[in-house]
Amino acid sequence: MAAFELITRKSSSAPRSRRGPVSWLSVLTLAALVALVLSGCERSTTAPPKPENPSRSGGATTVFDTSDKAYSLPAANIPITKRDRFFVGNAFFKQPWVIAPASTDARDGLGPMYNTNTCQGCHIKDGRGHAPVGPNADSVSLLIRLSIPPTKQTRGDLGKFGAIPHPLYGGQLQDRAIPGVTPEGRVEVTYTEHAVTLADASVVKLRKPRFEIKDWGYGAPGDELMISARVAPPMIGLGLLEAIPEQAIRKGADPDDADGDGISGRVNTVWDFDRDQTAMGRYGWKAGQPSVRQQTTAAFAGDMGLTSSRFPEDDCRPVQEACLQAASGGTPEVSDAILDEVVFYAEHVAVPARRFDKPKQQAQGEALFKASGCAGCHTPKFVTGEHKDAPYLSGQTITPYTDLLLHDMGEELADHRPEFSASGSEWRTPPLWGIGLAKTVSSKATFLHDGRARTLLEAILWHGGEARPARDSVVQMSRAEREALLAFLNSL
Amino acid sequence: MPKSARLVVIGLCALVIAALLWWVGPRGAGPVAPQPVIEQYAELAHAVYADSLLAAHDLHDAVNLFTANPSGETLAKARSAWRTARVPYMQSEVFRFGNPPVDAWEGQVNAWPLDEGLIDYVATSYVYEQGNNAAQANLIASPSLQIGGETVDATELTPKLLADLNEIGGSEANVATGYHAIEFLLWGQDLNGTNAGAGERPYTDYVDDPEICTDGEQKAPVSHCQRRIQYLQAATELLINDLEYMVGLWAPNVADNYRAKFVNELPENEALRRILFGMGSLALGELAGERMKVALIAHSTEDEHDCFSDNTHNSHYYDALGIANVYHGQYERRDGSLVSGPSVEDLLTDSDHQAAAELDAAMETALTDLNELVQSAKQGQHFDQLISSGNATGNKKVQAAIDSLVELAGEIQRASGLVGISKLQPDNAGHEF
Repeated sequence: MAAFELITRKSSSAPRSRRGPVSWLSVLTLAALVALVLSGCERSTTAPPKPENPSRSGGATTVFDTSDKAYSLPAANIPITKRDRFFVGNAFFKQPWVIAPASTDARDGLGPMYNTNTCQGCHIKDGRGHAPVGPNADSVSLLIRLSIPPTKQTRGDLGKFGAIPHPLYGGQLQDRAIPGVTPEGRVEVTYTEHAVTLADASVVKLRKPRFEIKDWGYGAPGDELMISARVAPPMIGLGLLEAIPEQAIRKGADPDDADGDGISGRVNTVWDFDRDQTAMGRYGWKAGQPSVRQQTTAAFAGDMGLTSSRFPEDDCRPVQEACLQAASGGTPEVSDAILDEVVFYAEHVAVPARRFDKPKQQAQGEALFKASGCAGCHTPKFVTGEHKDAPYLSGQTITPYTDLLLHDMGEELADHRPEFSASGSEWRTPPLWGIGLAKTVSSKATFLHDGRARTLLEAILWHGGEARPARDSVVQMSRAEREALLAFLNSL
Repeated sequence: MPKSARLVVIGLCALVIAALLWWVGPRGAGPVAPQPVIEQYAELAHAVYADSLLAAHDLHDAVNLFTANPSGETLAKARSAWRTARVPYMQSEVFRFGNPPVDAWEGQVNAWPLDEGLIDYVATSYVYEQGNNAAQANLIASPSLQIGGETVDATELTPKLLADLNEIGGSEANVATGYHAIEFLLWGQDLNGTNAGAGERPYTDYVDDPEICTDGEQKAPVSHCQRRIQYLQAATELLINDLEYMVGLWAPNVADNYRAKFVNELPENEALRRILFGMGSLALGELAGERMKVALIAHSTEDEHDCFSDNTHNSHYYDALGIANVYHGQYERRDGSLVSGPSVEDLLTDSDHQAAAELDAAMETALTDLNELVQSAKQGQHFDQLISSGNATGNKKVQAAIDSLVELAGEIQRASGLVGISKLQPDNAGHEF
């Protein structure tokens, strides 16, 4: 046991070797070094800058990891003295929340009904979730939103909640529950495949999912039920998106397609519970949430059954008696102090840099991306404004490849479930930054709101509505052009 | 001029030149250049990983002794060897942050926290990440695994198979290798919550006899004990392989290893930045933040670092001692010898004597406060009790250690500016290694 007894020593009394007499050479070296330091010259570390597509997709917050940790790093410009907040928040994001009561009293209160017990379980390694591979496969990283059409009496609730919750099941199917409480149901997915032939005669198989809910726990849901499947999105760059000035986003909006380019672009106007007023929606597949903070509290409440000062009630419906009677993990279950750390973490997950490993092909792909009209919605560049809670995110030139606006994506992608001002066929343009590392981070990652696309090419081919012309031009591309386009996307 | 007068003039000239030289050169012991400090840092890294490797060999010997002759006594020896192996390894963690190849390698060696149900039996109260298909795989009981549609043949528990099982199914909580997997195999789950006591795995879990073999309190098929023996040996062998690799990265006089590139190719400022970033990151983000503050505010033993063995106090202390080692340019090896040379402290003293003394004081305070946790454990109150929600005195001790680490990180950041590192940030694309 002696080997791990403490080594107690006063550091200053231990011997140190010192350098011998000064040589002229080292004086000169020192002088040169001093000159270097005084001139403020730091060794240049980046490739020659490309004016339109800098490698630093997230400005000074950008990180350069290309491993499976690429989505899990703090913004690079957070000083080391502030990084503990990121790692503390991250721990609460990763570690399981437990059923109350528990000795872990700051992290109990899971459920009574929920989808999963960790954030990381859906945002896999801070990246995307995925659609279940088949009927009985795990569907943890995908959830089903529920609602019914508004009536005259309930229409007024739309302004705050965006959709009318189902009277028996609420706004989201919770397929897990603590012991003694019946889960709301179980998701089953089946796929039908069809082939798309491209102009160069190559064939791509697309799979269309059909989501069914089995084993309803609280009776038949009725004919009015509307459902929408949603896969967990990646966590990168969320604070930067929050810091984009509202006017800059509005500038891209063209609700009535006044410029006649076939692309509308609408702002989703949603409810901000923190300010008790309407706000611009930025997060979620239909931009139903205005801020990282509200998105976080809503996910704690809906996905994990955890109350917060913002949403102090568990999501139990009147018929769900066992749910209403279950033990609480505290009032609220997620304290403001812990919430603050998780929000800090969620705002500061860094975006990985672009990789220029095939510069010529990627440049060609980028030109094709623009020529095909993709950049009409996937807006390459923004400059962030002042973010008062997150100074490291302010004033950054970023390349998210999103306009954060709603677009009609056509019948094939439609969920026919409106959310605030988003129609049943409108979706918010998802950011493309970091997308080339999606499968490095999680090999199972899938794309689009319900995870139907297994590859980026499949995702492109599902684009319809306003994006149909862009999609068609990709179909018409030669193999080399298509590969260049994908090489560009994979460089992001 | 007479010969004697000429000699006097030459002598005077020599004196003047000497005086000039003295005047031109900085005061005190002479100026400190970054390069020897960088070289000494690499020397320390090599020594601490070499010690970690030696200690892992001792652990392997103790594991072999235990599995060949399972008894309460041989199990205690294996546990003691594990604790001893943590002493140099925890002092090496300061090299993990800032040096990309170390950070990339670390997951297989020290990943934490883990869903231990992947490895072996667990209590019904076991909490794991839902959706993690492997969280209840129980490799000891299952020669074949079905994980998320993937079938894994685990008939032979080899080092390679264990390494491949890390993060299987995409969950970071699936950790099949490294110190904490071995810790779990030696101790089992600590089911005492925030009360006294560590894991209490009985030695009979390793008895290759159908009459005796157990899964904890229950009788078990002898294959479980056989597989546990195989697992423990494979995991220890893998640890040795991994540490050999890391010793190789830092070995002196190798043409193209990481050390050669670090010492010879990196611009001095970049090497210093990695050194200081490693010290600051370990102090604040990792140690004060993820390993202490989370456990404290959640009052959660699930967030305790060495949770099976209740060795957390030592892990934390030696982590901090590693930071002090780098600052002082010295490391006391397991054989008692001292590796010592030009240090970050020398460099800082040269540019700001006061700042160096203040960093030194912050370092000492952090070590003293972490030592409080060690002393508390010696008196029977371990880290998992100190963080319990009813233990105000214990909470205060942990909070004091966190606060002093925060202070230390601030001093390290200030020191960086003083030695010419304007941005203390992680590595960027400029350097491929």
